[in-house]
Amino acid sequence: MRPARIVADLKVVTRSYLRNPVALFFSLIFPIILIALFGLIFSGSGTSPVTLQVVDLDHGSPEAGVSESFLSALNNTSAVKVVVVNQTEENFAAWLGQNDDPVGLVIPAGFGANYTAHRPTTVLVYTDPEDAADSGVVLGAVQGVANYYNLHAANGTEIVTLSQANVGSQVFTYIDYLIPGLIGFSILTSPMFSMVDVAASYRKEGIFRQLSLTPLTRAEWLTSHFVWYMAITFVTAGIMIGAGLVLFGARVNVTLGLVPFLIVGPLFFVSLGMLAGSVAKTPESAALIGNIITFPMMFLSGTFFPVSDFPAGLQSFAHILPLYYVIDGMNQVMLFSNTMRALTDLLIVLVGAVVVFLLAIRFFTWRDE
Amino acid sequence: MTDAIEVDHLVKRYGGLSAVAGIDFTVRAGTVFAFLGPNGAGKTTTTEILEGLRNRTEGNVRVLGLDPWTEAAALHRRIGVIPQDFRFFEKITPREAIEYYGSLFGTHPDPAGLLERVQLADKASSRFDTLSGGQKQKTGLALALTNDPEVCFLDEPTTGLDPTARRAIWAVIRSLKAEGRTVFLTTHYLEEAELLADQVAIIHHGRIIAAGTPTEIIATHGRPERLRFDAGPGLADYLRSRLPLSVRAADGRVEVELHEKTDALRALSAVEASGLPWQNFATVQDTLEDVFVRLVGQMDDGTLKSEGAA
Ligand SMILES: Nc1ncnc2c1ncn2[C@@H]1O[C@H](COP(=O)(O)OP(=O)(O)O)[C@@H](O)[C@H]1O
Ligand SMILES: [Mg+2]
Repeated sequence: MRPARIVADLKVVTRSYLRNPVALFFSLIFPIILIALFGLIFSGSGTSPVTLQVVDLDHGSPEAGVSESFLSALNNTSAVKVVVVNQTEENFAAWLGQNDDPVGLVIPAGFGANYTAHRPTTVLVYTDPEDAADSGVVLGAVQGVANYYNLHAANGTEIVTLSQANVGSQVFTYIDYLIPGLIGFSILTSPMFSMVDVAASYRKEGIFRQLSLTPLTRAEWLTSHFVWYMAITFVTAGIMIGAGLVLFGARVNVTLGLVPFLIVGPLFFVSLGMLAGSVAKTPESAALIGNIITFPMMFLSGTFFPVSDFPAGLQSFAHILPLYYVIDGMNQVMLFSNTMRALTDLLIVLVGAVVVFLLAIRFFTWRDE
Repeated sequence: MTDAIEVDHLVKRYGGLSAVAGIDFTVRAGTVFAFLGPNGAGKTTTTEILEGLRNRTEGNVRVLGLDPWTEAAALHRRIGVIPQDFRFFEKITPREAIEYYGSLFGTHPDPAGLLERVQLADKASSRFDTLSGGQKQKTGLALALTNDPEVCFLDEPTTGLDPTARRAIWAVIRSLKAEGRTVFLTTHYLEEAELLADQVAIIHHGRIIAAGTPTEIIATHGRPERLRFDAGPGLADYLRSRLPLSVRAADGRVEVELHEKTDALRALSAVEASGLPWQNFATVQDTLEDVFVRLVGQMDDGTLKSEGAA
């Protein structure tokens, strides 16, 4: 490998790219659109408390203070947001059914008096079978607060107390997962789609044969393309992180630990794209092979949603996708500060990348038999 | 003089098809060799084998003493190639392309000078996809010269070009020869071969059906010189009855084949004696084109099939 030839080829690649408005759009503007789109659609869904509609039938009674403090305790869990509504007990269920947030709680009349007198009393929770997550949150919160009140009434002592901490001692929102996911998305898509196309069309147009008549080697050619897509990856990652931090208040760690993934990821997919394009006979079949490889990875590697949210079967499928390890590694670096796991992911991707690079050079030929 | 190219019983088969069916020729260093043949004759296949772009099925090939397939890297530093339908990166300009080749070969070409030489200086900074066919071909020619090649391969460099662009490329080919380089040229334009080539080989269905200098080929394969009149078929009938010579009539013309000097005089006096009307007599000779059309035609008609069958 001669650096001078790689640089010369890189110049041609860069110029071809910068003079092609469509390519430029897809690599630089598209990431912004993606993050804006997904950020706007999904941002907040991770943190915003569930709205809980409450009918307080004990309101105005002499012991109304009990229900008021019960409700404010619920509010303080920050899992639910209590909205007291003025509905009769009979109409409440029907009214809830038409509401956007159909989860409700009824505090019975005499709640405060019964509590003070240590007599049993029952609160009624309406849940929404179509939104199991919200319903679960509400049931948990009400149960938790009720337990606390029961304990107090019995003069008990809390033996087990709970202090809250999230993994990585931070609360992550959707946008935080989205940033490594979308960086992974562009590490996958921009080299895969164009390398598959380049491999097939350069062969068809005789450009590879033209290059084979020069001292440029296939490894040098592939290296210059790798360097170019690595540069694209750094720029898009910068854009995504910038947009995430500035526009959506993301709280990801931006550290040097990210850099190896931004190098090894493009190496893997530039080589894989080349390999896919080389084994195909025509540009059309190349595009098909490229899509078959790319599309499952595009959605199932933790790009748009964390793999841990998938059903078990899909999770095991994700674990055979190379992009999963790129994105998981970046998650470990940017979110969870889990260096050991990040290193394991990196090692897997690196070994894969070297193998695919060598295979690509082996299978892509400049000239015909 | 040494041979720049040696081809010995070259065969290339694509599946069942013998695109090149056992050909032999040599090209002396410093000469222009034209490989002439209709479409599908096997010109590109042969050329690509010589360039090391394609492997051969059988036979022996040497270019500058090297095996083009196994010693391609060494060979490519010493040859220049314009493939048929030369194509290059669409967004790159001719000047950038030359600089690129210069860096790849580690040579220091003078882009302005090279572009001047192929008459493309005015398009030095135009992107390849905006160039006309002739300008693209000239870019290819300039690229083929960036490494100061000893042998230049030009596969149909002028096909589809306008007469001006074609002449520009001819001028470059002549200058290549003047500089002592060997030129291997394929074409299906007879005049191009006649004008430029020291040696010509006519290939058809993968076989060489005639080879030599243009004059030699005409002498060997051309018909005899003929005396031609503008006259009706009646005169032809009269001449046939009077002369032991072959006479043909077509399109208001009558042709009498001449084998000896005196044949012309005998033919003329017979014409005069006929009393039939005639005008404009001339002697005519086959051109390379006539020979080419006839040889190719005969082969397709089966005349040469027995000779040509594998
Ligand atoms: N890659 C190939 N695979 C199969 N057949 C081919 C291939 N290339 C050329 N041929 C066939 O070989 C014959 C010679 O082709 P070619 O060398 O391109 O002729 P020319 O350059 O004289 O027009 C043609 O019949 C052509 O169809
Ligand atoms: Mg051809």
